[in-house]
Parts: sequence; structure tokens; C-alpha cells
Amino acid sequence: MTATRTLISPATLARPRGKAIYWTVFTAVVVLFALAFLFPVYWMVTGAMKSPDEVARTPPTLVPQHWHTGAYTDAWDLMQLPQHLWNTVVQAAGAWALQLVFCTAAAYALSKLRPAFGKVILGGILATLMVPAQALVVPKYLTVADLPLLHTSLLNDPLAIWLPAVANAFNLYLLKRFFDQLPRDVLEAAEIDGAGKLRTLWSVVLPMSRPVLGVVSIFALVAVWQDFLWPLMVFSDTDKQPISVALVQLSQNIQLTVLLAAMVIAGIPMVALFLVFQRHIIAGISAGSTKG
Amino acid sequence: MTKTAERQPTAAAVPSVPAPPPARDRGRRRLIDQARAYAFLLGGLLCFALFSWYPAIRAVVIAFQKYTPGSPPQWVGTANFTRVLHDPEFTAAWRNTLCFTLLALLIGFAVPFLLALVLNELRHAKAFFRVVVYLPVMIPPVVSALLWKWFYDPGAGLANEALRFVHLPTSNWSNGTDTALVSLVIVATWANMGGTVLIYLAALQSIPGELYEAAELDGANLLQRIRHVTVPQTRFVILMLMLLQIIATMQVFTEPFVITGGGPESATVTVLYLIYKYAFLYNDFGGACALSVMLLLLLGAFSAVYLRLTRNEGDTA
Repeated sequence: MTATRTLISPATLARPRGKAIYWTVFTAVVVLFALAFLFPVYWMVTGAMKSPDEVARTPPTLVPQHWHTGAYTDAWDLMQLPQHLWNTVVQAAGAWALQLVFCTAAAYALSKLRPAFGKVILGGILATLMVPAQALVVPKYLTVADLPLLHTSLLNDPLAIWLPAVANAFNLYLLKRFFDQLPRDVLEAAEIDGAGKLRTLWSVVLPMSRPVLGVVSIFALVAVWQDFLWPLMVFSDTDKQPISVALVQLSQNIQLTVLLAAMVIAGIPMVALFLVFQRHIIAGISAGSTKG
Repeated sequence: MTKTAERQPTAAAVPSVPAPPPARDRGRRRLIDQARAYAFLLGGLLCFALFSWYPAIRAVVIAFQKYTPGSPPQWVGTANFTRVLHDPEFTAAWRNTLCFTLLALLIGFAVPFLLALVLNELRHAKAFFRVVVYLPVMIPPVVSALLWKWFYDPGAGLANEALRFVHLPTSNWSNGTDTALVSLVIVATWANMGGTVLIYLAALQSIPGELYEAAELDGANLLQRIRHVTVPQTRFVILMLMLLQIIATMQVFTEPFVITGGGPESATVTVLYLIYKYAFLYNDFGGACALSVMLLLLLGAFSAVYLRLTRNEGDTA
């Protein structure tokens, strides 16, 4: 990567004084970042490894005197973490799969199949971007609790996460905009070769759309994993709750070290996902901003 | 190929250029195309109808009803609105939400912008900084809220330990009526800053280097270059992010719910929290929907401005 000219010119930085200032600032930023962003995480991970006495001691110990792993195993067993993690995985995976199927199909239809009233439908979908999701949780809850016409309740059912997740205007619009840019002649060529619409979508459009599908997948998974208010409303049954809701419910009457261990465990999947895909995630965020 | 078709207009054996079908067939063909398009749309459309459009209409309807699940709703006019308006927590909730948004805007704008400005000048360990600043964003909000609740603990909390370490008086943090809201803003900023920093960084990198060179030749010093080159060049992104942040922080719920439970003395009750309380503690869905409609109108206005601005930019760029 070639260095482009920024606020401070390379010539200034090359001077001895410039170099000294640069390295001072650099060190200061490294220390600041470590203290502000890494230290809290370190404190949480090691706090869970201290004994219950040690974690409550003032002044605190920087490094645990003895490394206990008991809190982690306790959290795993006592707080039923496997159950709640599994619930979260099921909810996130289903939301991801349904979003990929239905949002992709709808975006493809709006982009390439020219349905009647397509503009109106797209307008209706984009209008939901103006209506912030959280402001509608109560009527959405009432709808899920008693579905119109069917009169069944989706409460305490993963469907209550999966189906509303499909109504994601942002992801649908991302997909549609990507499909809009696909060259028409490639799709027409597929049709001339006798491929139906579904076949064209499956073997021509989707393979060309890997980048945007990746972005949508990450957004879909992260959104479900991080959500709190909606699952809090929908899952009153403790056995069905995802990890985020269970953590808060159980945090009241549990030993601090065990709670800390449970928090670490709850955070690991998302942090791991981030570390694996960090390049794509960071590039996605940066690109999204400049393209608007 | 085309020549063959011209010579034999009815030849169905030439697949690439089908002969123009009779009008009746064309109509049927179009109907089939439409049916197919709607088959693709159906799943998504149903979900939008059920979980976005219908609830939006319903919020407005229930706001004027006495609604108890299981029994038929009754029209009550504007009674829900008057009841909600006379709730002492109503003013507190709106004041807190606006204060929260304003503080989050001040801290949440200034800190990430300055950080991005400095990071953009650093030529080493770029990837490290980007990963570390974004790390808190990937930690589930519930976990970071619980983590900071522990930091704010008046006994062995890290926040007071840090103050003692540098010989400053300790604070009540999230347990004091004056400091609770600010404490929550710090948590929200810590947790969400990463995205903002990355977007500012991308915006800063798109500034052409010649502008800085020209400014330097004209004798502009560092601060003048920031004021006359950096800020005007990134103004659009700054404005965008500010609006997005306003929309996001007006809907704050997790931090007050987990860390303070709205207290002390409703010092951290937010509008969304109040909506939640009306629905799930008071079982007053009419009141909850009346509040939702108010929040909806305000946020809808902000969103409209946001979409307007992005669209204009898209046209000119």
C-alpha cells in the first residue's frame, strides 16, 4: 500500500523532530487503545479466574494469584449455557437461512423480473427504513402473539425471531442494488440457453454475488446474536431464551466470578467470528460509508 | 441468424429469435411472467406485511384503543395520550433520552473523529488499531453492559479504583442521580465507537493529498489544515453519522435496562424503556402504543432528513 499524503507531510515526518513526535504519539495511541479497549476485556477474562474473595478485594490484583477455572465450568453447568448457546445458534442460523432465501428471491424479483407495482413495493420496503425498528416492538409483539387470520402465537418459538428477521429492508436493498449492477446480457445468455428464472438465480446470479451474500450473512448473524429487547419480549420461557436474555435474567443471583465467566463465554462466538472475518467486516464498513 | 429469421418468419426452429407470438399468447405469457415474479416476491412480501407494515398501522390504531390481549379492543379517543402525558415519568423519559442523545453526540462525535484523525496519520500497525477499536462492537451489548455495571460498582469497581489510582475523588457512577446518565453514555460510546471510527477513517482516506499540499504551500499550519481541508471534505459523512447516531441513541434500551434498571429515581428511564414498562409491567398496551407513535413521528422525521441527504448525495456524486 503506497502512502498517500495526509494531514502531515512525509517531509515533516522524516525530520528528527517529526520522527520523535510521531513515535511519541504512536506509543501514546497504542497505550490508550490497550487501556481503553483491551484492558476491560482482560479484566473480565481474568476476573472470572480469580477466587470470589480476590475479585472483591480493594485494591484489586492485576493478575490472579491462583488461576481458577472453576467459574467457567460452573457457569457452563449451573447457568445451562449449552442450552442457551444452542438456542442462540438455532435462532441465528434460522434467521440467516430464511433471510438469504426470501430476501435474495425478493431482491432478484424486484431487480430483474419487473413485477407489476414493483416500484410501489420497493417504496414500501424502503419506507420501513425510516421507521426505526425499536419504536415498533410493542405492536410487533402483539402481532407475533396472535398472528392475523391464523390466530396462532409464535411466542417462545424460534419462528418469532426467524420471520421478522426476513423483513430486513437494509439487507434486501443491499442485495437489490447488487443485482441491479449485474450485466443483463449474462442473464439473457443463460435464458437463451434454456435456463428458467430459478435456475438463472441459482447458477448465474448467486455465484456472481458472493461478496454481497457474505456481507448480508454477517449482518444477519450478528444482528440476532446481539439483539436483546426483542428476544426479551418474545421468550418468557427460560429454556427457550437466547444467551443475551438468559445472562441478564441470571445475573441477579449468581456469584460474580461465575457471571463473568458466562459473559466471556457469551462473547467468544462473535469475537471469534470477527477475528476470522475481520478483513471483510472492516472493509465492508469502510466501503459502505463512501458509497452511501 | 437474423437473416434466416427474416426469410422464414414462422420458423419455430430458430430459438434465439422467436417469432412474434399472437396477441392472446403474449397476454398469457405476461401473466405467467407476473405470476413467476410474485412467486419469488411472496415470502419476503408476507414477512414485510406481517412484521413491518401491519405493526406500523396497528401502533396508530391501538394508540386510540383500550387494548388487553384476549378481549375485544375499545375505542377511547385520546385517553391514552392524556394518561401518558400526565405520567411524571413521561417528562423524565423524554428529558433523559434527549440528554442521552445530546451527550452521546458530543462524546460520540468528538472522540471518534479525533481518534480517526490521529489514526490516519499513523503509518504502523494500522490493522491492529482497526481491529482493536472495533472489538467492543462485536462484544454482545448485554455483555458490555454487564461488564460496565461491574466496573461502576461502588465497592470493588474498576472505575473507582482507577480514580483512586490517580488520586481523584471517587464517584457514584451509575448509582448517583447526577452521574448515572453520563455513565451510561460512556458505556454506549465505548461499545459503539468502533464503527464510527472506521467510517471516519475511510472518509479521511478519500481526501485527495494535493489539497493538503496546496494548503501547506499557502502556509496553513496543522490546525488550519484541519479546519479548512479536513472538516469541509468530510462534512457530509460527519452529518450522516450524526443523524444515524441520533436515530440509534434515541432508541437506547439495553444499557439502562441492564445497568441501572431506569434508576436511581428514574434518572435513566428512556422513552423505549417507558414503552417497555407500559406494555410489560403495567399491561397498558394502549399507552405503550401512544408512546410508540410519538417516538415514531420524531424518529421518522430524522430518518426522512437522513434519506433525503443520502439521496441527494447519490445524485450529485
